[in-house]
Amino acid sequence: MVGPSGNRGSGAAVGWRALRMGGVVLAGVVIFGPLSSLVIWSFAEKWYWPHLFPQQIGLFYWAKVLQGDMLRALQDGLLIAVVVTILTLLITVPLAYVLARLPIPFKPLILMIFLLPQAFPQLPVFVNSTTLLYRVNLGGKFGGVVLIHMVGALVFAVWTMTAVFRSVPETLEEAAINLGASRLKSFFSVALPLATPGIIASTLLVFLYSLDEFTGTLLVGSPFILTLPVFMYRTSVGYELQVASISALMLMVPGILLLVLLERYMKSEYLSMFGRV
Amino acid sequence: MVEVEVERVRKTYGKVEALKEVSLQFRSGALTAILGPSGCGKTTLLRSIAGFISVDAGRIRFDAEDVTSLPPQKRGTAMVFQNYALWPHMTIFENVAYGLRLQKAPEAEVSRRVRKVLELVEIGSLADVESRKPAALSGGQQQRVALARALVVEPKVLLMDEPLSNLDAKVRQRLRGELRRLQRQVGITAIYVTHDQEEALALADTVVLMDQGRVVQLGTPQDIYLRPATAFAAEFLGVSNQLEGEAAAGRLVVAGQTVGYGGPVRGKATVIFRATDIQMEEPSAPAREGTMVLNGVLEESLFLGAHYRHYVRVGSSLVLADSPAPRPPGPVRLALPSEKVQVYG
Repeated sequence: MVGPSGNRGSGAAVGWRALRMGGVVLAGVVIFGPLSSLVIWSFAEKWYWPHLFPQQIGLFYWAKVLQGDMLRALQDGLLIAVVVTILTLLITVPLAYVLARLPIPFKPLILMIFLLPQAFPQLPVFVNSTTLLYRVNLGGKFGGVVLIHMVGALVFAVWTMTAVFRSVPETLEEAAINLGASRLKSFFSVALPLATPGIIASTLLVFLYSLDEFTGTLLVGSPFILTLPVFMYRTSVGYELQVASISALMLMVPGILLLVLLERYMKSEYLSMFGRV
Repeated sequence: MVEVEVERVRKTYGKVEALKEVSLQFRSGALTAILGPSGCGKTTLLRSIAGFISVDAGRIRFDAEDVTSLPPQKRGTAMVFQNYALWPHMTIFENVAYGLRLQKAPEAEVSRRVRKVLELVEIGSLADVESRKPAALSGGQQQRVALARALVVEPKVLLMDEPLSNLDAKVRQRLRGELRRLQRQVGITAIYVTHDQEEALALADTVVLMDQGRVVQLGTPQDIYLRPATAFAAEFLGVSNQLEGEAAAGRLVVAGQTVGYGGPVRGKATVIFRATDIQMEEPSAPAREGTMVLNGVLEESLFLGAHYRHYVRVGSSLVLADSPAPRPPGPVRLALPSEKVQVYG
């Protein structure tokens, strides 16, 4: 009885394994196929149509890039992302806690207001912001780019962090308050430590958003402040495909690193609490 | 030891009146159980006493002190929650020590008192409480830690919100006994909210039965069980049989049969009795003084282990009757001691 059914089972298992391998290979092709052309382009010193592969490969463009403007763009982009992340955290952690916990009126409205800039097409919103920022002398400045990034970053952060704080059971804080802890003490000793993984996840999202942000940076910052995405755009419209490929590859590194971290800290409870007030 | 007094307390949520002028006294040093179905207002009352809910009207006093407008931090109550509410990021020791550290007790005293209370609640080995987190413990053990966390601060009042409902039946039975022992030993005023009538009867010195934001009945467990004041109380306390009838002077018509009746109810009546109080006799047996007798037909019997449960058709109603011995189906006479039959208007 057991033998035959066991055999049939292992036959099915082999079939499944083959199917899964096929799936992995397919996913690999879909994900890494387009990327491979970036890698090839970054090493191509001479590559004319109709050749399938570059006629001449080398490190010429990598060397050119690594000593030139791209490093500055990378540095500026990272600095902007760090500042945006810190400012966003300082604003949204207390705000999200208040939204999640305290009986304040118009909660849905407050959450909606943060969503508002996303409700309209990005380009007009950013064009308008640009003229506004130039008027107050922030156009083309570091501060202006930080501000325009925060328009988007705050939405991510407020919505996710409110969900994170809501996923911390309220009775845990009541237990602390019941024993004599003040609201502030309960926040720092109970809510904040328990929300930390979620806050880290949300922070990573904000950091990535700022690092990858393009439209606002191009309109507000360029040509005085360049981040990596804008730099990449400018080089690729200049038909320097090698430089664009290299910056695209560089741009992917922090993204991949942070997504690996994100997967560690993101919990499914956060999603179930998302957007609840 | 503190006496808790609740006076004409009201609380409304939108259109729902959670508490409708509730007045109660919780004796100092006693364990009072607030019993009722979900939504009866028992938890609202408990949370009002803890200070998590501010009441719309009325006063709450701990002895002479009016605490109605005090925030929860200043009331000196300690609560045990249904879901334990232990802090998962702290060790067992840190959980219990939290309240003492808030009071800025010296660390040597904190350590001494935490260990003492953990021994009191019989947490078992104290060796690794400073390294283990609550998640390493079973549900029953976690609730012991939660109890220790509440008791260690020597609160004026111990509040318990269905503390045993999340545990499985066996653990619940054992912890029930231990809770009773602990409360007596510490001599603390305790208020215990539950929807489990057996738990309330087993644990409490006084049982408060609530329904729809009102106190329905207050008394000793024996009182409540033997003399339920209303049809709701009787039903909630697990009375198995409820028949509609018509009462007049000297007689009662129930399920189409007329029986003797000396009580005050007139007109439409609800007749209530327990399955365990019924004696089953042959229809030809001689009638006895002081019993109410109904004739019926035994349709079905189930063996429940401790006893048999019989389904007896009386008129158009089905009456449940328990007996230790089996009985063949067929005509049967149900005899009920008059004092075990409750009639409500």
